[in-house]
Amino acid sequence: MAGGNKAIRERIDQDYKWGFVTDVEAESVPRGLSEDIVRLISAKKNEPEFMLQWRLKAYRHWTTMTEPTWQNVRYPKIDYQDIVYYSAPRGMDKPKSLDEVDPEIRKTYEKLGIPLEEQKILAGVAVDAVFDSVSVATSYKGKLKELGIIFCSFSEAVQEHPGLVQKYLGSVVPHTDNFFAALNAAVFSDGSFVYIPKGVRCPMELSTYFRINAADTGQFERTLIVADDKAYVSYLEGCTAPKRDNNQLHAAVVELVALEDAQIKYSTVQNWYPGDKQGKGGIFNFVTKRGKCAGARSKISWTQVETGSAITWKYPSCILQGDDTIGEFYSVALTNNYQQADTGTKMIHIGKNSKSTIISKGISAGHGQNTYRGMVKVLKGARGARNYSQCDSLLIGDKCGAHTFPYIEVKNSTARLEHEASTSKIGDDQLFYCRQRGLTQEDAVNLIVNGFCKEVFRELPMEFAVEAQKLLGVSLEGSVG
Amino acid sequence: MLEIRDLHANAGGKEILRGINLSVRPGEVHAIMGPNGSGKSTLANVLAGREAVEVTRGEVLYRGRNLLALSPEERAWEGIFLAFQYPVEIPGVSTLYLLKAGVNAIRKHRGEPEFDAIEFMALVKEKLKLVEMDPAFLNRSVNEGFSGGEKKRNEILQMAVLDPALAILDETDSGLDIDALRVVANGVNALRDGRRSMLVITHYQRLLNYIVPDKVHVLSQGRIALSGDRTLALDLEKKGYAWVENHDGGDRATAP
Repeated sequence: MAGGNKAIRERIDQDYKWGFVTDVEAESVPRGLSEDIVRLISAKKNEPEFMLQWRLKAYRHWTTMTEPTWQNVRYPKIDYQDIVYYSAPRGMDKPKSLDEVDPEIRKTYEKLGIPLEEQKILAGVAVDAVFDSVSVATSYKGKLKELGIIFCSFSEAVQEHPGLVQKYLGSVVPHTDNFFAALNAAVFSDGSFVYIPKGVRCPMELSTYFRINAADTGQFERTLIVADDKAYVSYLEGCTAPKRDNNQLHAAVVELVALEDAQIKYSTVQNWYPGDKQGKGGIFNFVTKRGKCAGARSKISWTQVETGSAITWKYPSCILQGDDTIGEFYSVALTNNYQQADTGTKMIHIGKNSKSTIISKGISAGHGQNTYRGMVKVLKGARGARNYSQCDSLLIGDKCGAHTFPYIEVKNSTARLEHEASTSKIGDDQLFYCRQRGLTQEDAVNLIVNGFCKEVFRELPMEFAVEAQKLLGVSLEGSVG
Repeated sequence: MLEIRDLHANAGGKEILRGINLSVRPGEVHAIMGPNGSGKSTLANVLAGREAVEVTRGEVLYRGRNLLALSPEERAWEGIFLAFQYPVEIPGVSTLYLLKAGVNAIRKHRGEPEFDAIEFMALVKEKLKLVEMDPAFLNRSVNEGFSGGEKKRNEILQMAVLDPALAILDETDSGLDIDALRVVANGVNALRDGRRSMLVITHYQRLLNYIVPDKVHVLSQGRIALSGDRTLALDLEKKGYAWVENHDGGDRATAP
């Protein structure tokens, strides 16, 4: 009705609010990709020889590969020679303390609500912030050090802990894994590194915040988390990018290694710029995330809330190698306007009695296209493996789409697998019911969507769950009415 | 309280209401009866603001204001409540959460402070007794997996909590066994306080043995064909709706 529509229209006009650009001088390498660029990046980062060799192997392999085409998304051809593969705020090659960080950049993070400063850090989140290609500051490091926990930028880990890096880098996602992972291996510029020693339970949530600032820059970060025997860590990842008319490429790799009895909980709220209402601009998000439950009784849990990006291509997966290991995947993926998402997981059961759970919630609004693609694979030796999968899709409006591609491959007859799927539509009846009880149309949509996502949100750490709910609300603005 | 004048409305491309006139004063309980397809539910939907129903002529004044200019939520804020004939399911949203959001939206509109979780729980627990419901209901998803009787009791619970000035009960008795009917009727009667007005829409006179109306109207082909006191409902039960249709012969001639 008249009053309601006006309010809705006003909220539609409220745009992507993380779309500001920070004015800092940047130092970039020339556009395009070649062996020289790979060498240049490695040299800029002053890397040991093993890193350079690894990058070069990856680059040479990448040149033999072609971009995958099996995914259910459409996008203009990416010109890999028109991308800047390294960009660092000038003078930022190596900040020693917070005071050396460019005030403009610190303002950016303040706008984003990232607690960089010491007093805010007491809130209990240790943050590693990656700005374009360089890690800006890692907070709370001293406190963690006492426990033997290493939490630092990837570049720093290469310098300070080359042994650990060499041992685990590429051990879960090899440089040959796929087109985007190979590209990342060749050119990745920074990221986060976490090592939790034996028997240590990390006392706080560790967090990385990624932001793409410079134009025409790709972001290729790499995260490596190792939880040693009986260790525990919960890790949060958040992302934003400024509004730009052209598309920007984000090709990240995350590797998790859980040794005996270790647990890793990895939560993502992805809010990269999704493009405008006509589908112009936005981030192409091609990400490889995989965890290996290498030791017996270890557990890896992925929780993702994907609301941003023009294209999302990501399948956080678990290799359940040890006996009695547990893999979990909880996902909310929302596509509005012209966003496209092809996301899901792979659960590879190798160890005996390995268990996996997949809960996927896809929400499509506007012209959004949402695909769940998942694989459950039970190998010969995985006696007593169990999987439960549930894939639900929610449609808002009649121009969007939801697709489900579950693949199941079982080579052991003792395995037990369950799969449930549903597709529903936010009905006028549901909206009217809520509005009759006093909720505005927007609040009613949010309520219904949040109800739909409840099983995933309850897996998120508290503050993240609140943020995720708000984000979903903002991302859905104007989707009904 | 409510003044309906010459109300015409279309639903699904067909004219369903063809000139309704009705006046309800504060505290009065009116029963609206009529055969299937006579326009009972359409009337309820027009009053609650469902957009699928299009008003083509006439006006509705609620407390002296033009009701038809308000959105469904604005009507709720102003004290209009509809107990749905078919309450909808909302997976993952607890009844408690939905109700709290509704109550606080209404309180905010009235300039009253919002209830916190503890105050709200106390209020709801008290109202639960009215409809003899287990508190466990509150944490279940709205109407999901509820039996027919549970859904209707849930509607009456919501009415009790939202405390409307005008409550419209759309076939709240349909699908209820005799015990559930008694519980629902007791709940409704407890909410008759001499100020709250109610429109009780029903197909059967049975409900009116429990909820005794001040007035009874019989809808036929989109118009009020007969009005009277509760004895009209009893007559109707004896003689059937065909008796009303005969009364209404002139109108039928004008039907397309």
